Order: sequence, then structure tokens, then C-alpha cells
Amino acid sequence: MFRYALRRLLLTVPVLLGLSLIVFLIMSLIPGDPAQAILGSYATPENLERLRADLGLDLPLPQQYLVWLGNILQGDLGRSYALNRPVLDEVLERFGATLLLAGSSLVICILIGVAAGIVSAVRQYGWSDRVITLLVLIGISVPAFWLGMLMIMAFSVGLRWFPASGMTAAYGGGGLLDILNHLVLPAIALAVVAAGVIARLTRSNMLEVLRQDYIRTARAKGLGEGRVVMRHAFKVALVNLIPVIGVQAGFVIGGAVYIETVFQWPGIGRMLVNAISTRDLMLVQGGVLVVAASYVLFNLLADLLQHWLDPRIQA
Amino acid sequence: MMTFITLIARNRLAAFGGVMLLLIVLLVLITPWLPLADPNITETANRLMPPLSDGHPLGTDALGRDILSRLLWGTRISLAVGVAASLVAALIGSMIGIVAGYFGGRTDNTLMRGIDMLMAFPYILLALAIVAVLGPGLMNALYAIAIVNIPFFARNIRGVTVGIAHREFIDAARLSGKGNLRILASEILPNVLPVIVITMSTTVGWMILETAGLSFLGLGAQPPQADLGSMLGEGRKMMLNAPHVATVPGLMIFLVVMSINLLGDGIRDALDPRLKSGALSRPAPFTRIRRRHKPLPDPTNDDALLSVENLQTDFEVGHDTYQAVNGVSFAIQPNECLGLVGESGSGKSVTALSLLGLVASPPGVITDGRVALAGRDLLDLPHGDIRRLRGRDVSYVFQDPLATLHPLFRVGDQLVEAIRQHQPMSRADARTRAVSLLGQVRIPNPAHRAEQYPHELSGGMRQRVGIAMALANDPQLIIADEPTTALDVTVQAQILALIQNLRREKGTAVLFITHDFGVVSQICDRVAVMYAGRIVEIGPTKTILETPRHPYTRRLIDCVPRLGEPDNEPVAIPGLPPAADALPEGCAFAERCDLAEDACRQGNIELIATDTDRQVRCIKPLGIPTPSPQGVTR
Repeated sequence: MFRYALRRLLLTVPVLLGLSLIVFLIMSLIPGDPAQAILGSYATPENLERLRADLGLDLPLPQQYLVWLGNILQGDLGRSYALNRPVLDEVLERFGATLLLAGSSLVICILIGVAAGIVSAVRQYGWSDRVITLLVLIGISVPAFWLGMLMIMAFSVGLRWFPASGMTAAYGGGGLLDILNHLVLPAIALAVVAAGVIARLTRSNMLEVLRQDYIRTARAKGLGEGRVVMRHAFKVALVNLIPVIGVQAGFVIGGAVYIETVFQWPGIGRMLVNAISTRDLMLVQGGVLVVAASYVLFNLLADLLQHWLDPRIQA
Repeated sequence: MMTFITLIARNRLAAFGGVMLLLIVLLVLITPWLPLADPNITETANRLMPPLSDGHPLGTDALGRDILSRLLWGTRISLAVGVAASLVAALIGSMIGIVAGYFGGRTDNTLMRGIDMLMAFPYILLALAIVAVLGPGLMNALYAIAIVNIPFFARNIRGVTVGIAHREFIDAARLSGKGNLRILASEILPNVLPVIVITMSTTVGWMILETAGLSFLGLGAQPPQADLGSMLGEGRKMMLNAPHVATVPGLMIFLVVMSINLLGDGIRDALDPRLKSGALSRPAPFTRIRRRHKPLPDPTNDDALLSVENLQTDFEVGHDTYQAVNGVSFAIQPNECLGLVGESGSGKSVTALSLLGLVASPPGVITDGRVALAGRDLLDLPHGDIRRLRGRDVSYVFQDPLATLHPLFRVGDQLVEAIRQHQPMSRADARTRAVSLLGQVRIPNPAHRAEQYPHELSGGMRQRVGIAMALANDPQLIIADEPTTALDVTVQAQILALIQNLRREKGTAVLFITHDFGVVSQICDRVAVMYAGRIVEIGPTKTILETPRHPYTRRLIDCVPRLGEPDNEPVAIPGLPPAADALPEGCAFAERCDLAEDACRQGNIELIATDTDRQVRCIKPLGIPTPSPQGVTR
């Protein structure tokens, strides 16, 4: 297990390098002069020159990449010109809020999706299966940003159960309960699509596993059906579901961009959208890089978990 | 039947999606000719009119523009952009996939590493980065969404291409001197096209949703141009005082995406042959029992441990009924080993699984008969009682231990579970007992083996574990369903010797199922020969081996190669058993029997006693001088 983990960790390095290269290349594809873009059309030639040297824009492209990569490894993601602060500071601050939102959302969609999928498989073709199948269909077809708005109209404006926007109350908020209160609606809105996908795949996985010979063996041993389903069948299904959950985590992080906009959640998604509108490209670059890298690490964890659960997988 | 109805219902859903999509597409196609207000004419006097207002069926937005008109024009744009993005992604992605899959090697490696890299990004984030570079705008959003979807096509198409690239017809084309380009265009492309279409049908909904999302964020369509996403984005600002401005375009996106998903699912289901046969349905914990009547106990079997009388098990698939077990009767005395022999498909395994309701159901149904264990009719017992018998009084050893042991639990834990299910015992005590069981089945170093997973053991070891599990609760009867078939010959002999010894030590009765008379001769006291769901001959092993009465039995015995008798070559039985949904009248073996005559194909042929302890289902039993029984020449 330890050797596998080490190997897998080493394999992650080229992926991260590739990620950084893609981000770097995308950003260097920007038509026109980045210095001009940053300083605007009224900048003096001297200032432009100084900024270009600052950004290393006078170097050849491969060298630019190495310098840029070296800076990143030292924790220097550059400076946001619109916010006038280091990109890393801003990104880390916002990333915490996004992690809270996406993390709770992921927990919700796994719990609901897996439970619904199991019920649906065990009660195949029964009424609960039909209801769940219908809900899943709605879940995977509904635009999350629209659903968020409907939820605000219903639960914030109509029923006044939860606040409609922000992460804390404007005055005197910020406690754990306050944050949870603000978290409920956006976390659920963000979870719906992924919950649908997970439920669907849990169902088909469970149906596949329940037909296997070792399930018949478990029944021949005299085990109760609950134990057969939850222990013998679900463990195998879970192993198959882990990569699916890894992919869904990517969709949840991506979907956070919309949900953060709808609910005014101070996370990295909203930061990115604003940065794109204000052409604050250093901030976009830093944000994308940090989120993508953490997604790669998340998938690494998922991989290790799967390996731990399934002794058959060899390094 | 149930699966059939559901399949229709599912098709109905797909049809519903298709019709809805068709309506929406038609509507947006004729939009320019509809008597609608200009979608971009602002009328500040008529701002934010509610739906059903005069002249504005869906109301107006913040600038007094007609929402119905904007909705249709917006849907037009959203659909066009989504479909265009999907075409671009399909074109580029398929090209990458085909090239990578066809050329393989380094080309494949380089291309797919790049694709993996793109997939390492969270989906929408990459689209955002691309829009950030290209700048906001509808076309740029289209490109961004197309690019992030390229990997899905590249991966799927590559997989299919790899499968095709090494087939004979490709080699033939290459040998005939066709260039790579021509082979790609004329041989590969037509074969991967269906996969491209399926991938498109499953991703186009997503792409419409995502382009709408970018527009919603203000990064797609720019005013005055409006797609559904940007309408929704504008509506968000007045969500509280005029909710309809945002609700209407969102509902439209939802309907479009849902109809596409419904249609896509329907297409995929229709193309997935596994679903058609209902094979994916979940087997219930107990076989369904629907007996036509309850037979009375047969008094001659009073002292038997297990007596099976007229057992019938059908498989009901759609409208067809396959009679897998067709009136089987036999009895097993305590400590006796009865062999159940027949070709694959003769119904012997289904017979064995029927005894404790382990036949997969659906499609299996027990339709008649009686299964009595020590006098109690098992087909009458409540499920809880059957469950308590399973693994305690009657246990199973299955054929392929790699498939029948749970792959993710250590073998020791699987034994502990079997023990603790029926005996109240601490985990530690059960563990000690598990290790001693592994020792009893002659597994060397049992304490160490208990910590291993099934895949870490050899085939013979695994089967020993299977037997240890069957012994866990000292059952009265072990049902061994081809326990040695998956093993090589030396291991087979060891396992047989093991079963023989255990039977002697513990006094357990065994129902031994096999297709191999060689195995039967080594272990069984009596043997029952099955053909097409019925027993055709039953009696003591020794006499049956020496003087088989049924032609089929003789054929089966002739199949066994004999050591040291090179002249006695095994003879395969010509032909195939009859289909279980179309059993012929008379003897089911008549078609393959070289002694068959007209009388063999008429009426029901009963099992008749030829000797005191033997019965045979044949009108001209072998080795019986003149068949005098009535009814033969009638």
C-alpha cells in the first residue's frame, strides 16, 4: 500500500507539470500585449517597458515558462493589478469558501445519490424505483443556476427559511451556525446534478453486482438480505463508484462557479468570473491553477482509497 | 413480462422526449415567420408586464421587450450554439481518437497524454480559462465548450478504433495496397460512426446547458444578442420583483435538456442488447414459488434425509417459458452420496439451486413439486426459516471459487461470517474455528491463509476454502455443484479425496453434481442421470456403470477416457439437447439416439423399474431381453 501510494504520488508530478504548462500556454496565447492590457491604453512607454521586464515578457517563451514555474514553486503567483494584492493571498482566501461549499455539496450528493441508487436497485421496477428514476431525470436536466434562483424565490423570499446570499450575515454574523444557515441552499442547489448522476450509476452498479455469483454464495450462507445488500454488494459497488465520484467532484467544483454567482458566495468561482470581466488575467491564471491542482490531488486521494478498498488492484 | 412493460414504458419516455424536442425545434425553425413582436424593440412604458398581459403572452422584461419573442429567438441561438459546439467537439475529438487508435504506439501515447491532461481540469474551469483568454462572446463560449468536450469523444472513439484496427478486414485492406487515409475513411469511419452519434446524443444536452451557463455568467452572448442563458442572467437581477423574467428561460433550458436526455437514454437502451433480454434484472433473495398443487409426501421416502418429488422449475423470459427442471424426483439417505449427472443445460444445477430457493428469480419460478428435508416441505416454509437452513443444515459448494468467493473480503473473514451467522460465538472464537476449518480441508499454514484474499490463492486452495465454508456449521447435507470442474486433474483428485474423507469422518450426505462419469465412479454411492430437465436413469453407481440401461447413460459413460485402454477412445455424443422451450413429445433423447423408433416419439414415457433398485425412462432399456411392457407396441 505504501509503495503504491508513493508511486502514485510520483506519477502525479508530471500531471501537475502538464497542468501548469497548459495554463501557461493558454495565458500566453492572449492576443496583444499583456502589459498594455494590464495598464490600459493610457500607459506611458516607460511604464509598459518596466512591466514587461517585470513580467519577464522580454524572454523567449520556454524561459518565461521556467521563470514562471520557479516563481509558483516559491509561492509567488504574481500580483492582481485590479485588487492590488498578491494573487496567492486572494486565491487562498476565496478557495476556503469554495472548499466549504463544494465539500458540503459533495457530501450531500454522495449520501443522497448512493442511498437513492441502492433503494432504486433493490426495489427495481417498484414504485420507489420509478419515483427515483423520475427525480434523477429531472436532477440531471435542470440548470443548477436556475434551480438556485428558484430555491431563493421559494425558501428565502417566500418561506424566509434561509438567507438568499452571502456566506455570513452582514452584521453580527460569522458564527458557525450563521455560516451553516447560509450554506444550506447553495450546497443543495450545487449537489442536485451530481446526486442524479451518482444515483443513476449506483443503481446500475448495484444491479450488476447483485447478479454476481458471490452474492448467491452470500445468500447460500444464510445471510440476511440487508447484510447481503449493504455489506457484500455495496462494498463492490462502492469500489466501482469511487472514480465516478472523482469525476463528479470536478463537476461540483465547476458548478460552484454558477452557484457562487447566484448566491453571492465569496468563493473562487465568483472571483474568477469577476476577474475575467475586469481582464485581471494574473488572478484568473492563479485561480485556475490552484483549483485544478487541488482537483488532481483529490483524484489522487480517491485513487488511493479505491486501492485500499480493493486489494485486487495492483500498482 | 414485468421487464417487457418497463421497456415499453422506457421507450414511451424516449418517444415523449423525441416529440417534445421535435416540437421545440419546429417552433424555433418557423420563428422568423411567426407573428411575434421584434425581440429587441424596447418599450419602457411596458416594462416588466406579468405573463398573460395583453399582447405579451409571457409578459415583458425590464426594457419592455416581449418575452415570448425573445424566448423563441433565444432558444434558436442556444440550440444552434449547442449543436454547433457538439459538432466541433465530435469532429476534432473523433479525429484525434481515430488517429490515436489506428496508428497506436507513440502517436497514441502522445495524443492520449494530452487528452488526459485536459481531463485533469475540472470541466467548467477549463472553459472559463479559455473564455478568459478569448474574451467574452457567444462564439468564444462555443469554442470553449467544444474544446472541453473534445476528450469525451477522443476517448470513446479511440477505444472503438483500437478494437477495429487489428481486425482481419483492415489487414486485408492494407494488403490490397490501400493507403492509411483511404482505410481510415472507407473502413474505420463507417464502423465508428454509431459510437460518435451515441456520444453526441449523450453530450449535446450538456453542451447546451454549459453554453447557457457561460452566457448566464455574462461571458457568452453579449447584448443585444440574447440566448436563453443571458436572458436568465438578466432575469436574475429582477428575480424578486419580476420572477417570470428568469423563470421562463430557465424552464425552456430545462425542457430542451430533458427532452434530449430522454431521447438519448432511449437510444442507448435500445442499442444495449443486455437490457432487452431483461438480463439486468435483480435476482430476489428467494426463488419465486407458484405451485399448481401441493403433492402429498411419498411414504417410501420416510427415512430419507432429503426427498425431492416431481420438482418443476421454469424460467419465464418475456412470453416464453423454459422448462429447466421438468418433474424430478430423487431421495438421499443420511451419509449417502448421490451423483447428479448430465450435460450442461440438462437442469442439474437448477435442480440443486431450487432445493433452497437459490435459483435467480426473475426469471426462475418453481411451479410444482415437493422438497422435503427430514420430512419438512421446504417449499412451504417461510423465507426466514429457509434462510436459517441455508449454510446450517444444507450448504453449497459452487463450481468456480474465484467467482463465488467474495473478492474483497479475506477468506478468514468470509468463514467467520458463515460461522457467526448460525452459531452465537465471539469473533475471536469464530476466528479460531475458521482457522481449524482451513486446517481440516488440508490447507497448509491456515492461520496465514486466513488473512489472504481469494485472488491470492490458487484454484485448488480456493475450492478448499469453499468446502471449508460449506463445513462451517456441520451440515447434514452438502450440495456440491461441479466443485472440481474448474480445476486441473491432479487438484481434482485431491478435492475428491478430501470430500470422501470428510464424508466418512462427519457422516455428511452429499449431492454431487457433475457432467463427468469418471468423477461419479470415484465418489458416488448412487447416481441419477439427467437429460433435458428429467431424470432418465437412477440407481447404484456400480451397476449403472457396468450395465447402463438408457442409451444416453451409455453414451455419457463412453465419453470418459480410460487409462491404459488406447482402443477405447472417448466418443462424443452427436447433436445437441433439445431447446428447453420446445421439448419434444416422448423421449427427449430420441433425436440423438441411434436406437430410436417411432414409439419413442409418442406420449409420456414414464420412469420404470427394471431391477429392484434401478429405474430407467426408456421403452427399450439396454440389456433387458425382450421389452414386454404394455404400451410399447400399441
